[in-house]
Amino acid sequence: MGVPPGTSPEASADEGFGLALRDLSVAYGARTILRDLSLDVPAGSTTCLLGPSGIGKSTLLRRVAGLIDGPGTVQATDGQPLAGRVALMGQGDGLLPWLNALDNVLLGSRLRGERADRDRGLAMLARVGLAEAAESRPATLSGGMRQRVALARTLMEDCPLVLMDEPFSAVDALTRLRLQDLAAEMLAGRTVLMVTHDPWEAIRISHAITVMTGDPATISRTLEPGGQTPRAIDTDSARDHWRQLMEALGEMA
Amino acid sequence: MSRLLTAVATTFVLLGLWQGYVQVSGIEPFLLPGPIAVIETLIARHELILRHLGTTAQEIVLGLLIGTTLGVAAAILIHAIPAARRIGLPLLVISQAVPVFALAPLLVLWLGYGLWSKVAMAVLIIFFPVTTAFLDGLRRTEPGMLDLASIMSATLPPFRRTVALMLHVRIPAALPALASGLRVATGVAPIGAVVGEWVGSSAGLGYLMLHANGRMQIDLLFAALFVLALFSVLLWLSVDALLRRALPWQPDSFAR
Repeated sequence: MGVPPGTSPEASADEGFGLALRDLSVAYGARTILRDLSLDVPAGSTTCLLGPSGIGKSTLLRRVAGLIDGPGTVQATDGQPLAGRVALMGQGDGLLPWLNALDNVLLGSRLRGERADRDRGLAMLARVGLAEAAESRPATLSGGMRQRVALARTLMEDCPLVLMDEPFSAVDALTRLRLQDLAAEMLAGRTVLMVTHDPWEAIRISHAITVMTGDPATISRTLEPGGQTPRAIDTDSARDHWRQLMEALGEMA
Repeated sequence: MSRLLTAVATTFVLLGLWQGYVQVSGIEPFLLPGPIAVIETLIARHELILRHLGTTAQEIVLGLLIGTTLGVAAAILIHAIPAARRIGLPLLVISQAVPVFALAPLLVLWLGYGLWSKVAMAVLIIFFPVTTAFLDGLRRTEPGMLDLASIMSATLPPFRRTVALMLHVRIPAALPALASGLRVATGVAPIGAVVGEWVGSSAGLGYLMLHANGRMQIDLLFAALFVLALFSVLLWLSVDALLRRALPWQPDSFAR
């Protein structure tokens, strides 16, 4: 899974890389959100950050994405800069309401002034089952469809590192399960760091689950469920994982 | 259709009340002419009125175009450049705090009795609503969209990145706010033009109204006023329809 030792950075740059987060601190005014948080995110697998709402999960993701500054370092394990190799999938779909689904998928190339590859954009929409909706504006799509467009846009960016901020929290339970399956399938092989407040979501699609608790937030526990994702959640081992995660979350109280 | 009927019926009732009052009270026609007299004047002197309307319409439309262009440019500069913000924001407020009525004689002095002093008046009155509305829109871009676009454009040099975010995210997202500003501007632009004409001019509906008033031709004054009001309403409705068509993604509903 990880980058084999001795591989040159040039060769590994396209292969995917992990993340080394060291001593990250973030404060808004007098309130410290994160203090000295360190975490390793292995290459090519999905790592889940689990924690209650308001603990600073999104802040951590924004820090990793370089959207906010602060003490500490965020480094790719291949030593190359992160800029241009990160895709973000946020809490909302983040779709621009004035663009149709296809143009939303092509947003990245438009912003960078590159030629927009419409055929590839259409192919991405087809992969998330929305080939027909290419010309539709977001307002005419359901919440689940909009999240699928957002997923297609993320895939279109084709970045080895994908950051996800509770990407499926705004849709109904059944749609969420389908989207989790779709995301796990589409993002296989990439390095994914996802934050969520839902233990079941974490158990379903992540290779490693890290629990964030406390104020300021710290890593209290890491769990590696093992096996293939997306995982079934009606098994004894899944229930056992759930119990462990709930215990870890409860320790903060 | 029923809305149109209601409007027509309301108009006729109001006109009827007006005519009734004029007949019953026997008020002098140079104080208050009845609607029938006004309509007669409107028909008899339509060439004169339309010629002056042409001048005023030209002032209003030119004022709207120039004022909108300047307002949009000012909002973008104030938003993008910190120095422009420090200087521009106070200037913007001052430009509105000084009443245009007080500036009108100066503008006529500087720009002459012709078209441009009135266009300048309209521009002054339009500039503020357009700039503030658009600036508000630019500032209120949804953070989620900006985060996403920032990450997507992370490899661009800083200036190009700012321009890209502005062109592809902030400006389109602010267009509905700009449209609100434009609606206000369209509503008040005729005030600027007409005030300019009152202060000093030789053409335009404002000039015609003042001229008619001085000669006790109150029926002509009312006829000119009616044409000005009708033109303003039609202009506003056209701009509103145009904006609605230009921004189809914008949710649009009234209370039921």
